Amino acid sequence: MTWTTVCELDAIVPGTGVCALVGDAQIAIFRPHADDTVYAIANIDPFAEASVLSRGLICEHQGELWVASPLKKQRFRLRDGLCLENRDYSVASYAVRVSEGHIEVQN
Amino acid sequence: MAKTRLIVVGNGMVGQRFLEELCEKGNPAAFDITVFCAEPRVAYDRVHLSSYFSHHTDEDLSLVKPGFFEKYGISVLVGEAVKQLDTAQKLVHSNKGKTMAYDKLVMATGSSPWVPPIAGSAHHECYVYRTIEDLNAIEAAAKQGKSGVVIGGGLLGLEAAGALKALGLDTHVVEYAPVLMAEQLDRMGGEMLRRKINSLGVSVHTSRNTVNIAMHGGRTGLHRLNFADGSTLDTDVIVFSTGIRPQDTLARYSGLFVSERGGIVINDQCVTSNPDIYAIGECASWHGQYFGLVAPGYKMAQVAADHLLGRKELNFTGADMSAKLKLLGVSVGSIGDAHGRTPGSRNYIFQDDQAGIYKKIVVSPDGTKLIGAVLVGDVDDYGQLLQMKLNDLPVPEHPDTLILPSYAGAKPAMGVDALPASAVICSCFDVSKQRIADAVAAGCHTVAAIKAETGAGTGCGGCVPLIAQVLNAELAKQGIEVKNHLCEHFPHSRQELFHLVKVGGLKTFGEVIAKHGHGYGCEVCKPTVGSILATVHNDYILKPEHTPLQDTNDVFLGNMQKDGTYSVIPRMAGGEVTPEGLMAVAQVAKDFQLYTKITGAQRIGLFGAHKGDLPEIWRRLIDAGFETGQAYGKSLRMVKTCVGSTWCRFGVQDSVGLGVELEHRYKGIRTPHKMKFGVSGCTRECAEAQGKDVGIIASDAGWNLFVGGNGGVKPRHADLLASDLDHETLLRYLDRFLMFYASTADKLQRTATWLESLDGGIDYLREVIVDDKLGLGAQLEADMTEVRAKYECEWKATVEDTSQHARFAHFINSPVHDPNVAFVPAREQHRPASPAERRIIPIRPVETV
Repeated sequence: MTWTTVCELDAIVPGTGVCALVGDAQIAIFRPHADDTVYAIANIDPFAEASVLSRGLICEHQGELWVASPLKKQRFRLRDGLCLENRDYSVASYAVRVSEGHIEVQN
Repeated sequence: MAKTRLIVVGNGMVGQRFLEELCEKGNPAAFDITVFCAEPRVAYDRVHLSSYFSHHTDEDLSLVKPGFFEKYGISVLVGEAVKQLDTAQKLVHSNKGKTMAYDKLVMATGSSPWVPPIAGSAHHECYVYRTIEDLNAIEAAAKQGKSGVVIGGGLLGLEAAGALKALGLDTHVVEYAPVLMAEQLDRMGGEMLRRKINSLGVSVHTSRNTVNIAMHGGRTGLHRLNFADGSTLDTDVIVFSTGIRPQDTLARYSGLFVSERGGIVINDQCVTSNPDIYAIGECASWHGQYFGLVAPGYKMAQVAADHLLGRKELNFTGADMSAKLKLLGVSVGSIGDAHGRTPGSRNYIFQDDQAGIYKKIVVSPDGTKLIGAVLVGDVDDYGQLLQMKLNDLPVPEHPDTLILPSYAGAKPAMGVDALPASAVICSCFDVSKQRIADAVAAGCHTVAAIKAETGAGTGCGGCVPLIAQVLNAELAKQGIEVKNHLCEHFPHSRQELFHLVKVGGLKTFGEVIAKHGHGYGCEVCKPTVGSILATVHNDYILKPEHTPLQDTNDVFLGNMQKDGTYSVIPRMAGGEVTPEGLMAVAQVAKDFQLYTKITGAQRIGLFGAHKGDLPEIWRRLIDAGFETGQAYGKSLRMVKTCVGSTWCRFGVQDSVGLGVELEHRYKGIRTPHKMKFGVSGCTRECAEAQGKDVGIIASDAGWNLFVGGNGGVKPRHADLLASDLDHETLLRYLDRFLMFYASTADKLQRTATWLESLDGGIDYLREVIVDDKLGLGAQLEADMTEVRAKYECEWKATVEDTSQHARFAHFINSPVHDPNVAFVPAREQHRPASPAERRIIPIRPVETV
């Protein structure tokens, strides 16, 4: 397991996400606030099998943060990729950290 | 157990209702059901028969839910009639030579029009008004003629007259009695109706006894009606509507008891003189009386189905013949003893000749109970009066206050609490107050939910206000607060938030949620607030503080497709595009390998654009003179136009010119949902404007403005808001309408549902927009002017702001396109590959990190 630097923290507009290519995996990285809290889950929406989750809206339900797929609005928990609508469609999550202003993902 | 062989003779409104009652409430598996349907189509709505002329599809009128017969294994013999019934051997013989045995049989043969036996009346060119075939014949005849007459001024006759008028005929009504609708209305009510109908251009001739008809013997018209007083009337089309007679011929010949006045004799359980045979609807006679309305028939259907299912507690106990309807655009209501024939009864009358309103109530001799009413021109009181009568509620001290106009002071509120639980709220579907209360308790907390659950309010719709009252009373009783909160983060409706944002001058989501909500926000409230901020301020929606609020469509200014690519749709206002523009679009499509098609909105859509290519694609389109079409936004999409008077032989106004102007006037303004406009240059309506949120149709004198139309899931014809407007007034009303909608609609509510949710509907909207009853007009116009002034092409701003471009790359750390996007060839272009076709990138299983 190694840490891969993907981008600067400031490359992500607070409240949005971006998609990073790490190895051959598409990883969605979210920055919900203007601080250095970040989350990383798989970018592929498992319902449509399209690479879109980084483009979803970050939302709060049940006291936790999720991303709503921009295609059909199913929600995935940022901390572990759990799908709120159907846990069989949960996605992978990745360890992610901010180091000296850069975002690093473990894969 | 062997199945009961059940034969139903007749598939009209009542016959079909019987099948529904039996199958949906009982155990259809216990029956083997065969239905004989003599007409060439299964059950349809005869009550709304005239609407066939405006829509012309029998599907619209059909009463059979899709898949109903298949679902319950019912065999329907369409176009096949029973010609003989053998009650001894329990067999039926059909007109197509079929013989079938039954255990139980239901007669639902309905009625047939009765035509008086005068000379000429049997001629095949004398029409009646009962079936779709009749309507087709009348329409064909109307095409050849200029004038038409309906003989018979009853309820159905006036309905038929409305149809003739709608077919463009100079229409006359001839009535034997001195008043119209003599069954339902008193003399003064009938007179008011006659005046109103006359003023609508239909000539009414009362006290005329038609003695014979000279077919093809007219001078100014094809045929001539000769009356007893020596006068005549020439006309091209003749329709008889002189009453109905129960269709009991089959029963007569098979030995069932038939009433003297006609109709198969039934008891309180709808059983005929033969214990295995029921009769329901217009063909049945109960206590010597037959019923020409659908509500009693539906009640019989319910009683017979229950009895057949072994539940014997329900009885048919007669019917309330009260009715509320709209004839030729005039609302009419009649309740109980409308003529005040009860000895000693007291009348209270209100009449307004200016507005054409007549109302009368009849109160019992002791002044305690309402026993009848007549309403012409204004039937708002109908629901309340009917409930008073049906439930013997006490009449207020001054009964006349029940029918005085609202400006005379507050009406005494009856309050639904006063109604007993057994009170029938919806008489079309026999739904009681208790049944609605039960539905509310079971979780139906909207009128729509109650309609779906109980069927109440889905017939004539007259009881909907009462349903809403029962709903609110029940919710209050159960301690349930009616909430239309946006989501868990905002204890406000969209409308409330809109006003809070506007009045408070709030500019960001952060400010709004800090002040009026709590928490982080979600996929519901973020875009809603984003849309409100955009409507109120019309800021560039991709300012960093707004970006996190928008759905991906607004973030990347394109419609996301199923594979994560986007569509690119430049504005082609009014559907106009130059050859140079076409070439520029074509070159872009070719260079970026985009699938190309004309969209439903009269413009060209380019599909399959990679997110990363969007800025360059748009730079080139903007250089060629295009701007964004906002096809991704909840905003005005486009104005569909027909070619109008500039080219068309028939056009009376420049519809393209107006469409282009309107599209530019309102483009980019964010609204609660997307909007579509249409402008037609003449009444042929080639732009289908009446199916749009805003539809404008040219008239000889200006423009007619329609609002609230919709296609889509639930098509709705737009309502006429104002007619014959000049250009300036049209724009003023549009400014007001759009701003009023934007500030009061719920989230993602199209104008059609918004309009239906407004108390008072189109009449109320007209008061606000045209009469400026709320005094909002000037403010709404000023708001619109302010928002319009801030328009800029979002794509132009984005292309020019190069700091935005990095956002469009698919990967933050790589220049490559999304490798998960793949295309396969389709009809000389391409389409997205399905997941199965492109299993290149495996989806990783859940793993714990």
